Order: sequence, then C-alpha cells, then structure tokens
Amino acid sequence: MIAAHKRWDFAFGVLGMLALMVGVLTFAALFVEMIINGAPRLSWDFFSQFPSRKPDQAGILSAWVGSTLVMLVTAATAVPLGVGAGVYLEEYAPRNWMTDLIEINVTNLAGVPSIVYGLLALGLFVYGFGLGQSILTAGLTLGLLILPVVIVATREAIRSIPIAIREGAYALGATKWQTTADHILPYSLAGIMTGVIIGMARAIGETAPVITIGALTFIAFLPQAPLTGDPPAGLFDWIMSPFTVMPIQMFNWTSRPEAAFHQNAAAAGLVLVVMTLSMNALAIYIRYRLRKNIKW
Amino acid sequence: MVSTSIPEVSAAAAVSGTPAPVKKSESQNLNFFYGNLQALKNISMPLYEKKVTALIGPSGCGKSTYLRCFNRMHDLYPGNRYEGRIMLYPDNTDVLNPEVDPIEVRMRISMVFQKPNPFPKSIYENVAYGLRVRGERKRALLDEKVEEALRNAALWDEVKNRLNQLAFNLSGGQQQRLCIARALATDPEILLFDEPTSALDPIATTSIEELIAELKQKITIFIVTHNMQQAARVSDYTAYMYLGELIEFDVTNKIFIKPAHKQTEDYITGRFG
Repeated sequence: MIAAHKRWDFAFGVLGMLALMVGVLTFAALFVEMIINGAPRLSWDFFSQFPSRKPDQAGILSAWVGSTLVMLVTAATAVPLGVGAGVYLEEYAPRNWMTDLIEINVTNLAGVPSIVYGLLALGLFVYGFGLGQSILTAGLTLGLLILPVVIVATREAIRSIPIAIREGAYALGATKWQTTADHILPYSLAGIMTGVIIGMARAIGETAPVITIGALTFIAFLPQAPLTGDPPAGLFDWIMSPFTVMPIQMFNWTSRPEAAFHQNAAAAGLVLVVMTLSMNALAIYIRYRLRKNIKW
Repeated sequence: MVSTSIPEVSAAAAVSGTPAPVKKSESQNLNFFYGNLQALKNISMPLYEKKVTALIGPSGCGKSTYLRCFNRMHDLYPGNRYEGRIMLYPDNTDVLNPEVDPIEVRMRISMVFQKPNPFPKSIYENVAYGLRVRGERKRALLDEKVEEALRNAALWDEVKNRLNQLAFNLSGGQQQRLCIARALATDPEILLFDEPTSALDPIATTSIEELIAELKQKITIFIVTHNMQQAARVSDYTAYMYLGELIEFDVTNKIFIKPAHKQTEDYITGRFG
C-alpha cells in the first residue's frame, strides 16, 4: 500500500514538472530564437542610429532614448502618488466603508486592461489638458497604469513592520508624521523600491496605451536636450516632445515585409527583455541590500 | 471589591521608619473599554515617587491594559475609551483628559516593552531618538545625553566603542537595556515596564532587575510582571489584579506574606493562576 502511495507521489511530481516545463521551455525557446535572430544585429551602430528605410542602417536610438525618458516621467509620477496613497491608507485613513471602497478600487485598478488607460489618457491628457502626443502624456499614462502596483507594494511593505516598532516610536513621544518619516518610510523602502521597479519593468514593455495616445512609429530626431533649445530654453523642453518607445519600434519593424527588419525587431526585443530582466535584478539587489540591516 | 481609600492608608502606614512616600501618580475610578468590552473596572491606586510598584495577576486580567493607560498607548487604536482619571503630581495633570496631548504625556511617562524593540538604526540613534523627536539637534548635548542614558541603563561600558553599530547586533538582554536607555534619555518622570524580561534568559533577567533597583533612586517605576518572584524581588508595592479589577494593593512584603484577600493569597501561593 505504501508503495502505491509513493507511486502517486512520483506521478504527481512528474505532472507538476511537466506543467512547469511548458511555461519555462516556451519562454526559453522564444528567448533563444530572439537571440539567434537578433544578436548578429547588435552593435554600437544599432544603438546610436535612428530608424531608417534601409534595414542594415536602422537603429533604436530614438526608441531607447524615448523609453528612458518616458520611464523617468513614469517614476516621477507613480512614486510620489503611489507611496503617498499607500502611506495614507495604512497609517492615516480611518477604518470605515469609504476606505474599504477605495481599497477595493485600488485592487481592481490593477486589473484594468492597459488599452483602457490609453483611451483615458487620449481623452484627458492629450485633448483635455492639451498635453499633446508627448513624453509627458506617455509618462503620466504609464504612471497611472503602475500606480496600483506601487500602492499595493507600499502597503505590503508598511504592514510588514512590526507593531512593536511603531509603538516604540509613539511611546517616545513621536507624532504620527515623525513616526512615518523616521521609521515607517525608511523601513519599508526596500519593499517600495521593489514594487516601483517591478511596475516600471511592466510599463517599459507596454505598447497598447502608448500607441493609443499617439506615439510616433517612425521618428528620426531626439527630444530637445535641456538648455539647448530656442530661447527661452528650459530644463524640461524634452517633456513635450513627440517620441517613440522600444515596443513600438519593434512593432513597426515586425509589420514590415522585409526579413531584415524582422531581425532588427528581434534585436530590439532582445534589448527590451534584457532591460526588463536587469530592472528585476536591480529590484532583487536593492531588496537584499536594504533588508540586510532589518531583522524581523 | 475593595474600597478605594483603604489600600493607600495601609500601604503608607506599613513603611514605618521611612519618610512617608509621596504620590507621583494615581488612577481614580479608572474604567477602560475596548469597544463594548470593559477591560478595566473602577481601578484606583497610587504610584509612589521613586518607588517600584509591581502589577501581578493571571494572563488576561488587564495588567498590560492598565499600564498602557498611563501613557495613552490605547489612543493609537480606534474604538478604545477611558473613563475616570489618572492624575500626575505635583502639577495635578489628568493624563486622560482629552485636552492633554498624548504626546506630552508620553514625554513625561516613558515605556519599555515586553520584547526588546530597538529600531533598525545604530545604538546611538536609538538612544537619541526621543531627543530628536523633541527637535534637539546640538551634537554635544545629544552625545552627553546618550552617554548618560546608556550609563544609567548599565550598558555604556559594553557599547561605548561601537555606538554606530546596528542595535540588532546586541544580545537580547543588551537590546532590552538599550530600550531602557532610550526611554531614559528624555528624563521621564515615570518609567513603565510591560513584562520587560519575559523574552529574556535568566542572566539577562537578573541584570534588568538589578537595573530596576538602581533606577528607582531617580525615577518612579511601574512594572507589569507575570513572574511573582520578580515582583517580590524588585518592588516596594504590589497590586494584584483579576478580571479587570484591582483586588489588592499594598506594600510588597505584606502582599506576599500576609495578603488581606483570599484571592490574592491563592494566586500567590500558586493554588490559582
């Protein structure tokens, strides 16, 4: 009888392993194919050239610069709003039906399809606020998109701080704000940073909302560098510039008939995947570093 | 249960040969509610200045709840309600008065918790935090206060060469003494201990008890303990609580040798509890 039970254990182990492999191997196969197709195209020129009609001269300069700038705006939007909201909900909000309603909504927001954010942004930012099809619009849109992720991560991080630490601070006569600023925020930083970076890693690959708000698919100039434009030149002239991002550049190349462009798309995809994976790696590292001093 | 005036009289009278103790604080007809649940029932008892008062009783009798009224820790959570008064002398402040800011109360009445709860900061910053909260920035003064507090907590010699190290690197007993130093740094008038040794080994417990004996020369101490021997060792006065009521309050010797109430005697002799 024991032998029969053990056979079941074994059988389930095999089944589980198969289930796991379907996912892992599929991803591995895609990744390997992308490397085989794209790696030969990777060179300094590929990063430093604008898109072109000739596939061997085309590069991703405008795309990676655009993605980086959009991510900057995304972070600048999502971090203060998300952390502020998370801290408020955990530390300040009274426990009542209003708060419950907000909580449910925040959780649901995380499940809203990204194209819906794109439509919202088109109506609100592009036309309503007249921000145009700019880096600012894209950054704000993606910022909203990852806001629930940042809020949830902030709340989880804050909740993991033991009550005894909070009470210790209050017992010394600290106000709510002192407790938050001196203890709650610093100790939850690791979790918050992880959430932010994972959210950004999601945002950097988002295509639908960025297309909806009207990112260009072919763009052969860079946004204005700070302080270089026509007077009065400002630090933030680039923010209103038209732009493209990595996934759109990829999409554009994939839709061309020439096989050489498909190679370019694979190479750009490779760069994008590496960017995402390194952001996740950074999140793990930051978590490790900041948690090292905290034992609970 | 007990009339509220008798225990004080008997307590004061029993310390013969010493100057009559001065009341530092006193709860008057204190009731406390967690929502609709009444956790403390009409508690009146004093804390004498520069004495150690121990609070004993079985688990769930409301000892910690009572202790945490003194620095208004219950204010941190919604639905808690106090009735009655806790007077602080000599200025006759009612700690529980809604117009008294709990932050002001906590600056005068400090607390040490059940489990050591140092902040994940350096030893120095842990002790200095209470002063920083008060806006103290002068480095020289902070240095001086931190040293004084660590000396008073009998920890200075062990940590003076590593003040910038993380507090988590200390042993459990050291961490608890660090928490005591942290509570002392701001010169509070009363120090509350909520079962301060329940998470410590016997040697660390002894050192904390010695420290309490040392500290009572300067400060009024109120200690909740689960351990009757500890109450007998460290305290001058002892209160016995059961189911949210104060059964008996008297000089420690009297409580342990000749308690007035059968219930107290049963608890102390281990027939109950």
